[in-house]
Amino acid sequence: MPAYQLNVNGKDVIADVDDPVMPLLYFLRNEMGLHGPRFGCGLGQCGACTVHLNGAAIRSCVYPIGNVQGKVVTLEGLGTPENLHPLQHAFIDEQAVQCGYCINGMIMQAAAFLKRIPKPTEDQVREELRPNLCRCGTHIRIVRAVMRAAQAESRA
Amino acid sequence: MSALIERRALLKASGALIITFAFGPHFGRAASPKATKPVGLDSVDSYLAIDSGGLVTVYSGKVDLGTGVRTALSQIVAEELDVPFASVTLIQGDTDLTPDQGVTYGSLSIQNGGVQLRQAAATARRALLQLAAARMKVAPETLTIDSGTVVGAGQRRLALQALIGNQTLSIEVDKAAPLKNPDNYKLVGQSVQRLDIPGKVTGQFTFMQDFKVPGMYHGRVIRPAGVGAKLISFDETSIAGIPGIVKVVRQENFLGVVAKTEWAAIKAMRQLSVVWSDWAGLPASIELWQHVRQTQVIKDDVTSNTGDSVRALASSQHQLQATYDFAIHTHGSIGPSCAVAQFDGDRLTCWSASQGTHNLRKQLAAMLSLKDEQVRCVYVDGAGCYGRNAHEDAAADAALLARAVGAPVRVQWMREDEHGWDPKGPPTLLDMRAGIDSSGKISAWESELFIPDGAAGFVALVGADHAGLDSLGKLSPGGVIQDLAIPYTIENVKTVAHRLASTPFKPAWIRSPGRMQNSFANESFFDEIAAHQGVDPLAARLEYLSDARAKEVLERVATLSAWRTRPKPDWHASKSTGWGLAYTKYELVRTYVGVVCEAEVNRKSGEIAVKRFFVAHDCGQIINPDGVRNQIEGNVVQTVSRVMKEELRFSQSKVTSVDWASYPILQFPDVPIVVIDLIDRPHEVPWGAGEPTAALVPAAISNAVFNALSMFVSGSPQVIV
Repeated sequence: MPAYQLNVNGKDVIADVDDPVMPLLYFLRNEMGLHGPRFGCGLGQCGACTVHLNGAAIRSCVYPIGNVQGKVVTLEGLGTPENLHPLQHAFIDEQAVQCGYCINGMIMQAAAFLKRIPKPTEDQVREELRPNLCRCGTHIRIVRAVMRAAQAESRA
Repeated sequence: MSALIERRALLKASGALIITFAFGPHFGRAASPKATKPVGLDSVDSYLAIDSGGLVTVYSGKVDLGTGVRTALSQIVAEELDVPFASVTLIQGDTDLTPDQGVTYGSLSIQNGGVQLRQAAATARRALLQLAAARMKVAPETLTIDSGTVVGAGQRRLALQALIGNQTLSIEVDKAAPLKNPDNYKLVGQSVQRLDIPGKVTGQFTFMQDFKVPGMYHGRVIRPAGVGAKLISFDETSIAGIPGIVKVVRQENFLGVVAKTEWAAIKAMRQLSVVWSDWAGLPASIELWQHVRQTQVIKDDVTSNTGDSVRALASSQHQLQATYDFAIHTHGSIGPSCAVAQFDGDRLTCWSASQGTHNLRKQLAAMLSLKDEQVRCVYVDGAGCYGRNAHEDAAADAALLARAVGAPVRVQWMREDEHGWDPKGPPTLLDMRAGIDSSGKISAWESELFIPDGAAGFVALVGADHAGLDSLGKLSPGGVIQDLAIPYTIENVKTVAHRLASTPFKPAWIRSPGRMQNSFANESFFDEIAAHQGVDPLAARLEYLSDARAKEVLERVATLSAWRTRPKPDWHASKSTGWGLAYTKYELVRTYVGVVCEAEVNRKSGEIAVKRFFVAHDCGQIINPDGVRNQIEGNVVQTVSRVMKEELRFSQSKVTSVDWASYPILQFPDVPIVVIDLIDRPHEVPWGAGEPTAALVPAAISNAVFNALSMFVSGSPQVIV
């Protein structure tokens, strides 16, 4: 069985998997118990599964585990309830959640984005999040939360 | 930082329950309870327990579908009992532990579920004060409760949990037990932060899709190639190379795979070689509306009939008529449906995000030829469902597979399963007629609705259908004839629903079922009449309404949107901006909403951009204002998506909208601005906020486009006629 050396949320882990084509998502959720990334479509169409690979937002539902090289960060690695990432904080402050199934993707996509563009306009945020789908209609609050986090970061 | 964490710490410290029975929150997820907890609707013990640490457990039959009612219901109970908010924990939708307060639908969680909990808490509060009075040898009227402590004259204090000792209250809910005066509310009416959000933004929250039990396998189901196709054969050797396959399960046309890992189950589902019969029994999609019109009518439901509309119409000076159609929609949950099923001998426990676990229990029991008592269904929060999506069907799949392999099985549907096989919002057609008399009054109003028969009953389980098993299913599109009758006072009105024997896809309710389609026709047609009369849509509505709350909600949305000073559309510009109004008194008996939509139409391309929505909203007493706003925003944005983007596509064999590319929904850049005016009436009863606004969105868009172009939009999505 092939073994892959991964680094997830700062920890080195060995992934013993029988299929290098298995998407990273299944390893994170089922082998590591990380439930931040979620299965939404398995097609890279909705963003619910988003994680960071070397700082870039990727769709873990279509990313073969055999191709993963470098550092993976999930929502759990971004921040914890005791030590929230500014985006997590902003999503709580803005109450930017309805069912919350898509929210992992929103936060992970936005976190990678704010690293690149720390002071975006609202239109830039909407454009960046275009591929991330939300069915509850929480978009307005999500944009507000990302803007709030950007402002908090730029003040810090 | 969060109430959730405080609660966790509190829970750890809690001891045995003393007010009522020996159950704690930890039983919520256990496979089987050790004793029977009361769950009848009449007993206080069914709804509430207080333990030796003063922690309050609420047992709610209504569940949080991502709307925030976990928090709002906790506010109601904490308020009425006068206990600290952080001391309340809510267990929801567990057939062994919670009362059957009805399915969580219809915008009724607060209005019905919350009001039941409030009355139980008020009854408990009175009983506790009587106990305290006896202990303190004073009159109960001299006592109050403050933060979980009974307080008497001279600052004598007695903690609630110290009151009862090791006994049960065993009292019935008393409808006459006095409620707190809303003037004294500390929690109800406040935008308390939602309890679930910290966990949801940090990956700590357990969704149904995250739930697991020891020794659990993963299942997937291979659906027929056509809606009615039969399974001819399959070749197990085609998946022989996949490690970890436990079993291929076939029961008639139900075909599933069970594997040790989720990825193996998915690969097997994709790779298994299967032969299905040809089937092409669906109508051609371009002939959908002829098909609806030609479907056999089982009966007519007359939803209103005053005066003599036939005679009034015939004798009217002007007659207007219009037809409105509303496309087939899918629920489109972002997380495909999921369930875990586990047999313990002949007892089944099923964890599901079903909005009606009590009904699911009956359906699973019927499917498996078990007694209801042998099945326990436990709610675990899922992705938003917006009605009866496929959570129940995933539960049936998990139960069938778990029985076949003798081990717990988790089934999560794939994206194409969810889009392809969840029950659909049925195609809806309305014919409208009105007559205007010589004085310019609307003298007659008639409508004919073409809609499947049935109500919000049991929707047949997909797996049961395919396995040839009975799951109590019948045609159940939801309460689709609501709001066919109109809120306006017109002398001669007849509204009739033609109930159809069938509809192309198995129907079920999607947010504001029927009410949305009927309000679309009513409110759009009303604007057509107003335009014919040359009357402003707001003035026209006010003329036919007498209800003070109706008038207030319309006046407030008019002020909010600056309706009376709105710019006139430039009908010669390449882009024209129009304004549309719509109004409801939901189901004619509850929540009042007025909305205004601002839409921009590109006259050359026909492209429509929904720019802004203004909403004035009166749901009576507001429990959590920010929660209501969140719901209203969701109502608007989701329904803008449904109107502007969504229409189920299908071949004559099956659904062909099977992913987000073939069933697009609204994306961030196209989301409108939403401006809300909440009308709070603390001394009125609380009504729902989860649906009423949605019902108005299609008509408001249609009316805005009409205003921009001076023509009507009578189909969805954006078919300009």
